[in-house]
Amino acid sequence: MKRDTPFTLLTNGAALSWTDVPEWPLAEFLRNVGAELDRGERLSSFFGVPEGGALRLVAVLAFDAGNTLAVGRSQPFSGSFPALTATHAQAHLFEREIWEQHGVVPESHPWLKPVRKDHGAGPAVGDFFRVDGREIHEVAVGPVHAGIIEPGHFRFQCAGEEVLHLEIALGYQHRGVEEAIAGGPHRATVYQMETVAGDTTIGHATAYANALEALAGTEAPLRAQWLRAIALELERLANHTGDLGALAGDVAFLPTASACGKIRGDFLNLTALLCGNRFGRGLVRPGGCPVDSDAERLSQLRKRLETALAEVQQAAAWLWDAASVRTRFEHTGHLHAKQAAAIGLVGPAARACGLVRDVRFDHPTGWHRFAQVPVSVWPDGDVFARARVRWLEIQRSGDFLREQLDAVPEGETMSSLPALAPNSLAVALVEGWRGEVCHVALTGADGRLRRYKITDPSFHNWTGLALALRGQAISDFPLCNKSFNLSYCGFDL
Amino acid sequence: MSVHDTLLNRLKRGCETMAYPKGPAPALPDRHGGALKVEAAKCDADCSACVTVCPTEAITRPAGKPVALDLGRCIFCAECVKVCPTKAITQTNDHRMAVRRREDLVLGDTGKDQVRLAQALDKKLRRLFGRSLKLRQVSAGGCNACEADTNVLGTIGWDLGRFGIQFVASPRHADGLLITGPVSKNMELALKKTYIALPEPRIVIALGACAIAGGPFIGHPQHHNGASGLVPVDLFIPGCPPHPLTILDGLLRLLDRLGEPVAKR
Repeated sequence: MKRDTPFTLLTNGAALSWTDVPEWPLAEFLRNVGAELDRGERLSSFFGVPEGGALRLVAVLAFDAGNTLAVGRSQPFSGSFPALTATHAQAHLFEREIWEQHGVVPESHPWLKPVRKDHGAGPAVGDFFRVDGREIHEVAVGPVHAGIIEPGHFRFQCAGEEVLHLEIALGYQHRGVEEAIAGGPHRATVYQMETVAGDTTIGHATAYANALEALAGTEAPLRAQWLRAIALELERLANHTGDLGALAGDVAFLPTASACGKIRGDFLNLTALLCGNRFGRGLVRPGGCPVDSDAERLSQLRKRLETALAEVQQAAAWLWDAASVRTRFEHTGHLHAKQAAAIGLVGPAARACGLVRDVRFDHPTGWHRFAQVPVSVWPDGDVFARARVRWLEIQRSGDFLREQLDAVPEGETMSSLPALAPNSLAVALVEGWRGEVCHVALTGADGRLRRYKITDPSFHNWTGLALALRGQAISDFPLCNKSFNLSYCGFDL
Repeated sequence: MSVHDTLLNRLKRGCETMAYPKGPAPALPDRHGGALKVEAAKCDADCSACVTVCPTEAITRPAGKPVALDLGRCIFCAECVKVCPTKAITQTNDHRMAVRRREDLVLGDTGKDQVRLAQALDKKLRRLFGRSLKLRQVSAGGCNACEADTNVLGTIGWDLGRFGIQFVASPRHADGLLITGPVSKNMELALKKTYIALPEPRIVIALGACAIAGGPFIGHPQHHNGASGLVPVDLFIPGCPPHPLTILDGLLRLLDRLGEPVAKR
């Protein structure tokens, strides 16, 4: 779909010369970004690129309905810029991040505080939004949580049981991922990409590989693209199954909780069948997939997949049949489609608010150009909807794998990667199991990575959890949290 | 679905907890590779092919000395195995890798071609923890893979509870700390506070390459390259992430709960 826009359009997984990215004075750039957001487009990534002593802002917009991406940049500036957040909530965390990373101040940002760092002591040290009143009490949870979970801090403002406001402070997991890539790719870079969020190894590694292949002006062999698509769905199956089990566990419905815990492992073992590692480490590399699987291995995969799918079907049937589960899931942690669109929610959480957005469908790249997965949507925006979308996606992923394993493309799985084009920008989106994984890579004159921006789906979605908690009983927090199941390290980078 | 179907399904499935450690250990995935073995005597003079491919600088070969591989830094990508011209570094398919002392993870010298597996706790601690070990888990920059494969041990297939090992919701209830992640600067305080809140005697387990030495992020300024610079570590479990079987082996080894040497595969 062609339409009038000042931005340069590019497809997912493509690169363009840095000079072809349209450049505007700061005010015009922000006006242009704002205008596209007003038209209902989505901010996929928004970040700074240092230029001498000054800074440029770069916006990557997703025109979902037009199946295209759009990029634009500002002229270098220093000091401050008028915050988009004041009028466009989607920019909220991006602008805080730009301030934190580069020191330029988004003026009239309504809630300017660090995202990940605060004098080395974790962002929770900053001031929290407080509700005043004699009946109001505050609950602080974390960073260390009860269980085997990553750390983060939750600050609730409550009137009795009811949560009036939740503020989420992260950054505890910050490892300096983006800084580490600068000047790369280095020998360790691909391994770091696999651990941006360890449960999304395939998602992040594929986005990284796609970005580098785009910069190198090449494409992975078809069979490698196919293998990546297989692995991406196995990752989704494992995590969605685990989430259904954990949701069941949070409402004390043990049959499904027990069964899904085991079946999740069965799906992880299918990934291990392909590459030896349950999380898919070593499966995706720029240039292809270094480990191929022969027909016998693939038929074993197919057979074990059927068993696991049949078991998860049974476990899910128990869940949906139980009235006790439905009463706990329905109308809990509700998020409106309007809110979801305003904050730029992605992934199953967005689809559970009725938003039809899925990178595999809207911005197909790699194997998804040839084989699509239908988008699973549920309208209600509550815990039930988020569980339901996961179940729908488990079924669609199963169908996709069945279909694909019956039509295996021939050929090599690995090719060598040519040198990266200098002064070029590439954007790679992948629909990870939590939603849109966005990698933006920019090379310098030497063909090395000058700036690398990662946006994990959790970066968009933590705000969704905070909004879903409003008006809920605080005792429902674990259930709501699980229904989003967001990444801490993917956010913290 | 009728109650009848549910019950029938449950009966058909039977007991899903594995027999291990009384029975044989489940097989690792065939492409997993397990622990590495280093036979430095096989190395060609002047060869350093493995050193240059290792992403975490786990392999060193100072001039005139034998090659040394640190399994604590290793993320098991097996690039060294692929490039070694003399098969001096090989995969053993052995899931057992946990050690008590950090230096026991360094392979290569004569007589140290494989890991020296962990000894059990001393008698006093074994009497205290041998049948009931409550652990507090702190993820400090972990990527959620080590965390996920620790969680797996609580599922019906592994059933960690049958050994009296349990993860608890307060450090006050815990006998030990299980740490994942390279210990990000932003988690330093929380980790120290958690450690201090544990009643003595207490043990510390460093799980995964990150917690042992920094993993893929080794050397970066935003973290501490593992836990041992901040708290005394009693058990190191290598891997990226370690397979659940490797984790379970480490825990049971520490508690002397593996019984007689298990017949393996």
